[in-house]
Amino acid sequence: MGAERVAIVGIGQTHHTATRGDVSIAGLVREAAQRALDDAAMTWSDIDAVVIGKAPDFFEGLMMPELYLADALGAVGKPMFRVHTAGSVGGSTAIVASDLVASGVHKRVLTVAFEKQSESEAMWALSTPFPFSPPMHAGAGGYFAPHIRAYMARSGAPDHIGIMVALKDRLNALKNPYAHLHEPDITFDSVKDSFMLWDPIRYSETCPSSDGACALVMVDESLGDDAAAAGRNPAWLHGTALRSEPTLAAGRDQVSPWAGRECAADVFAQAGITDPRKQVDVVEMYVPFSWFEPMWLENLGFCGQGEGWKLVDTGVTEMTGDLPVNCSGGVLSSNPIGASGMLRFAEAALQVRGQAGEHQIDGARTALGHAYGGGSQFFAMWVVGSAKP
Amino acid sequence: MRDIAIVSFAQFNSPIERQRNEVEMIMPVVGEVRDRISITKDKIDFVCSGSSDYLAGVPFSFVTTLDAVGPWPPISESHVDMDGAFAVYEAWVKLQMGKIDTALIYAYGKSSPGDIRRTVTRQLDPYYLGPLWPDMHSIAALQARQLLESGQITEADMAEVAARSRAAAAANPHAVVSGTESAEELLAAPRTYDPLRAHDCPPVTDGVAAVVLAAGDVARELCDRPAWIRGIEHRIDPHALGVRDLTRSPSAAAAAKAAGVADGTVDVAELHAAWSHEELLLRRELGLGDDVDVNPSGGALCANTMMATGLIRMGEVAERIWAGNADRGVAHAASGPCLQQNLVCVLEGE
Repeated sequence: MGAERVAIVGIGQTHHTATRGDVSIAGLVREAAQRALDDAAMTWSDIDAVVIGKAPDFFEGLMMPELYLADALGAVGKPMFRVHTAGSVGGSTAIVASDLVASGVHKRVLTVAFEKQSESEAMWALSTPFPFSPPMHAGAGGYFAPHIRAYMARSGAPDHIGIMVALKDRLNALKNPYAHLHEPDITFDSVKDSFMLWDPIRYSETCPSSDGACALVMVDESLGDDAAAAGRNPAWLHGTALRSEPTLAAGRDQVSPWAGRECAADVFAQAGITDPRKQVDVVEMYVPFSWFEPMWLENLGFCGQGEGWKLVDTGVTEMTGDLPVNCSGGVLSSNPIGASGMLRFAEAALQVRGQAGEHQIDGARTALGHAYGGGSQFFAMWVVGSAKP
Repeated sequence: MRDIAIVSFAQFNSPIERQRNEVEMIMPVVGEVRDRISITKDKIDFVCSGSSDYLAGVPFSFVTTLDAVGPWPPISESHVDMDGAFAVYEAWVKLQMGKIDTALIYAYGKSSPGDIRRTVTRQLDPYYLGPLWPDMHSIAALQARQLLESGQITEADMAEVAARSRAAAAANPHAVVSGTESAEELLAAPRTYDPLRAHDCPPVTDGVAAVVLAAGDVARELCDRPAWIRGIEHRIDPHALGVRDLTRSPSAAAAAKAAGVADGTVDVAELHAAWSHEELLLRRELGLGDDVDVNPSGGALCANTMMATGLIRMGEVAERIWAGNADRGVAHAASGPCLQQNLVCVLEGE
């Protein structure tokens, strides 16, 4: 963390859905931003700077969307910054915005992330031929399925673990009015019987393709205190970390990437967390395919190698467990890609503010927001708390 | 604020890079920017890059180009879909937080493989302007036309900018265009995008630039005369051309004021003016007098490596401060149609 403490005082998101045909891209981001401003009891003119993130630009056919969105986000005459990392972009964007406050450069920063997947076809936008490179996959699932198979072989995890994660997240999503997928009739068997997309990933173990946006307002300590005094408890930032590693490197472990382990160790150290399993109350992690929950539990240090699936199997990560994961329904229930990382960070902040509604974990004081991208090689994480760091 | 300086710079520009892909093009430049100050990659605390997927023609193109810095063991790293000058801004903010001391920034673009005039139309409002596919030279021509018709500049002024830039570029091995024509000779050329002539427009350029930033005493150890960042600010204007007075760039003026351009003498300025009339507009918005040495490198009119052009401006000013040829300089970067977004950086030697 920097010299200044950072408080998250405004959180907004859209209702995520397959097609938001009723709004333009500008309308979509403005909806989330307006909700975050309302939550922060602020107006557009209160904001010093805007940080926007999404990835990749190909999905909407719009290059450098920050230029066109400057007006819609009230950025005219102000600094407007654009972040573009991989699937982790929503998380990276929130971190860049928090840096602006932590460094003392600005006092009130609005950050927004979005994706309007209905404007294109993400799977094929991700499957363009790279010059001089062999075509490796069709869509992200084809890329990650071998990593999951490696995890299953390595840990001896039984087939039903992925089904359990998918069922849990989709049931949690029923408690989140903003979630894209609301499937009240979902059962273990319906997930199990859904067709195999990329063995071992079934259709119901896969994230949807969503339109949506998320926005946060971050302020300095004094404004955070003001919000608390007015009865609007902020989430306080306790640590942020970014790590990246190459797509290909000799000895690289795609199942539990070095960058993920280092990123988690860094962010926990900043937050003074020595025993994550005990000290973290709730986790929002980036799980686009069900099996990534046990994989990330291990990578993040919540348990030993090969133990993650056992936490799932024994219900530890359910809302009633001692380490609830993705109470919002997670990426498995809403995936506006560019916003998905920021949604994880935002949901973590909602939990420590006690404002997560039906999917609130009672008494949550410390939460982890996690995002990853690329070939499991880009990581962004933050720890937020109900108390000041 | 913490004192942060540019301590190393390297660049490569070519009219067309036929042999090497982006990673192969970046690696030697990143190697050079480290070697110039004998810094090894384990001493770099943060990496930030700037590039555009639309130039590479693939989504997430920066993922593979990260290989050029050798991120193994893993590194703390970020990327912007903006000019590398904005990546400098992100790194400068990180350095302000006081936990790290060095950062490496690189930016690159290959404009030659596609039709850059069509590609850049994709950054326009996708509902009203983008579908018309107005190419970047035609949009710049609208701004030039307004400046001319309002009597603020003349075609001869534009030709003077081009002639001076092309002559200066002759001494710059990194320029891809240069020339010895007088302004009168340039004015004899036909208009290609009325009122613009070929010499008023930037050349297609492939290339890379990289800088190293360092804080306080670390900067002094790495560099005899660091180029200290005394101010770095950016602002954005509305997007729609129809709601803007194209003879002005309020965001450039506001960024210059906030960065403190007027707080001292400016010896040298490198402006991201890709079309000749933009230099004339920017000189006024930044408050630069006739005594300021503007674009001694030849500027973007003579090498326009998209996504790195602004970063190169910073490097060019820093090099002149290191060499003692300037004590205080201004570097400028721009993005968007008709100078919509502007970043101004004031650099100073001790």
